Amino acid sequence: MTAGSEFTMRVWRGDASGGAFQDFRMDVGEGMVVLDVIHRIQAEAAHDLAVRWNCKAGKCGSCSAEVNGKPRLMCMTRMDIFEPGETITIAPVKTFPLIKDLVTNVSFNYEKAKEVPAFKPKAKEADGTRRMYQEEVDRVQEFHKCIECFLCQDVCHVIRDHPENKPAFAGPRLFVRYAALEMHPLDTNDRLGLLKQRAGLGYCNITKCCTEVCPEGIHITDNAIIPLKERVVTEFNDPVVWLLRTVTGRKRKTADGAGS
Amino acid sequence: MAAADQFETHEYDVIVIGAGGAGLRAAIEASAQGARTALICKSLLGKAHTVMAEGGIAAALGNVWPEDNWKVHWRDTMRGGKMLNNWRMAQIHAQEAPDRVLELEEWGALFDRTKDGLILQRDFGGHRYARLAHVGDRTGLEMIRTLQQHAVHKGIDVFMECTMQRLLKDGDRISGAFGYWRESGRFVLFKSKAVVLATGGIGKAWRVTTNSWEYTGDGTAMALDAGADLIDMEMVQFHPTGMVWPPSVRGILVTEGVRGDGGTLKNSDGVRFMFNYITPYFAAETADNEQEADAWYADKKNNRRTPDLLPRDEVARAINSEVKAGRGSPHGGVFLDIATRRDPDYIRRRLPSMYHQFRELAGVDITKELMEIGPTCHYVMGGVRVDADTTASTVPGLFAAGEVAGGMHGANRLGGNSLSDLLVFGRRAGLHAAEYANALAAAPRVDDGEVEAAARTMLSPFERAGGENPYAVHGDLQDCMQALVCLIRVEPEMQQALEKIAALNERLQHVTVEGNRQYNPGWHLAMDLHSMLTVAEVTTRSALERKESRGGHTRDDYPDPDPKFGAVNVVTRKRQGQLTICQEPLPAIPDELKPILEEK
Repeated sequence: MTAGSEFTMRVWRGDASGGAFQDFRMDVGEGMVVLDVIHRIQAEAAHDLAVRWNCKAGKCGSCSAEVNGKPRLMCMTRMDIFEPGETITIAPVKTFPLIKDLVTNVSFNYEKAKEVPAFKPKAKEADGTRRMYQEEVDRVQEFHKCIECFLCQDVCHVIRDHPENKPAFAGPRLFVRYAALEMHPLDTNDRLGLLKQRAGLGYCNITKCCTEVCPEGIHITDNAIIPLKERVVTEFNDPVVWLLRTVTGRKRKTADGAGS
Repeated sequence: MAAADQFETHEYDVIVIGAGGAGLRAAIEASAQGARTALICKSLLGKAHTVMAEGGIAAALGNVWPEDNWKVHWRDTMRGGKMLNNWRMAQIHAQEAPDRVLELEEWGALFDRTKDGLILQRDFGGHRYARLAHVGDRTGLEMIRTLQQHAVHKGIDVFMECTMQRLLKDGDRISGAFGYWRESGRFVLFKSKAVVLATGGIGKAWRVTTNSWEYTGDGTAMALDAGADLIDMEMVQFHPTGMVWPPSVRGILVTEGVRGDGGTLKNSDGVRFMFNYITPYFAAETADNEQEADAWYADKKNNRRTPDLLPRDEVARAINSEVKAGRGSPHGGVFLDIATRRDPDYIRRRLPSMYHQFRELAGVDITKELMEIGPTCHYVMGGVRVDADTTASTVPGLFAAGEVAGGMHGANRLGGNSLSDLLVFGRRAGLHAAEYANALAAAPRVDDGEVEAAARTMLSPFERAGGENPYAVHGDLQDCMQALVCLIRVEPEMQQALEKIAALNERLQHVTVEGNRQYNPGWHLAMDLHSMLTVAEVTTRSALERKESRGGHTRDDYPDPDPKFGAVNVVTRKRQGQLTICQEPLPAIPDELKPILEEK
């Protein structure tokens, strides 16, 4: 793509009551990303065009949208991946209810976050410190990279195609959070029962759509969801674990701090 | 706009405006003190500017260098701030930062580790020892997420995408705040005994900036309008390393961690030019040759710090001088080199988001190629004048913490001292706001007339036919500040800026917005313009008042520091709609602390 190419930006305009795509012919300069073009439309042609954004550097996860049908961060989608003259369709993420234009109501994710039982650290070392080694925090740090863009939630067909599943399904973003807590070297809380029941881990049939769209490259399916599924299976279905529990009379530890 | 039935009303003991690090920490503390607390933020929770902080949190934990302690941190902070800091804030900050970092760990944060399993600390500009607790180059994300999740688990009421426009008063006291929901455009009134401002900075008044759309100086302007003192608003930090190419990414932050981890600045001749810009003030502690500078990373006892890690004001000015002398990079910056200095694995591990950012946005592989960087508006050291211990402003019931508050960083902030500032003074703001609210016998009264006047002003862009485009007014303000009140300043240009700001204020009276009140960014910007024009004017007037060069404030017409100005804050007040600027003496450093400053 050369500087000064012209593109047609086909942008969704409307709210919960309805709407339509509107075309804008825009000049695009070198290095511009989709969000730059949206801002230019705002400044020059549609002052009330609703869009969320903050950092413009892929760090805050605010500007999620569906660009030519693909869930992406608009700030990290360069215009030079498209052919000059091409029509580029910008739609709001589909899985969440539309507020206006490119802005959706993502409160689902914040409500689900309230249900996650809190971090509950074990006692400190005898010398009063917390000792953890890089090798053991590495895998959890991968999960902490999540910028909460909710693209994984958007693309997850459990809720994308079946909104009726939402009450009983937390979604990939929250599974990453559960995994971060479950694998935290200091944590002692138990969330496996919740994962099995209210968070609906079993709904996920590991199609890896979430992993594919993660702008942080988190291996959501392989490193978070599958290990959680294994833990749940071990906890609830493993005959050895069941037998041990019966023989020793030890009960499952229970989660606390859930919701608030 | 008629009666009060047109907006919803909430009542709290403490409301916290802003949900970055300072706001979150304040809300957590106020709530822990038993105050009914609300946290109100302009964006979604977890998207505030703190999320973009990269390098780390400065705290003298002494995990890497046991020699480190609060006194050294205090000394570094004071010297980095060119002694214009409020000494007591800097002392509290240095003393309490380690506890605040360890507290984050108790709440689930996972910092990078030392070999012994403790929190690893990295080198940063102006810090004598490796002092910054960090997570790669995404420390702000770790911090905001930890605080966010802790606040959620504590059940604190959060009002997201809710923007406050006006502080309300009952006589001299704070009685609440008034604003609107972004989603619906509907008004919302908070009646509150105390208000904590944690609204961040003002960088959106400049064209080249690391700051997001939220950084429009709302808290600063609201405090000023409510009668609070501002100090040292001329002290704006231009971070030396922002991206310069391509144009659409100009200004995006490149962490100082690149230099902390071994990166070096070079000009178009390939020369490490920072050795030519070591000022006498820092000569005793700065390496004057490449060999010593490179050896310093591993051996701080026998070597002095590399000049690449001089405080930010020094480095930004040096880059500016190199570019002016014709030794810049092709797109008007200089080069930042980590590719030839560290191996690719190390770079990707230590600086993953820089690697990603340059690869995706500029098509540059920083493990193989040089980065092009230049100064970018980053941070305001000045702000609301606060009591060092309580963060109380000069208006009863109004507290301020984080970037919106002034004094802590003096004339120049050291990297890493911001995140620690947020935690230390965020906690204190929450604590003292709750104490204040709990001690208040009766809730202050909200003046309906004040609320209605605010509502009328907010709706006016819909009701007039002036035809001014809010985006155009904003763009012209950014160009004005970028050209005339930037890194290097002179009186005639700043006078010109004042004339332009006056003209922009006139245009603001004719700004018109289209569409309705539902999620309307044009309208939101029209309302933010009042704040941005206010802080632009205050910054410019303060910069005219300070006839010297110090820290982030460089005057070509007064190129040297002047001890007379080094002893004063530039104070701004608004009375009956008129700004007044005056000089008032800095709090005096106690004699017992002075020897610490002289230690080499």
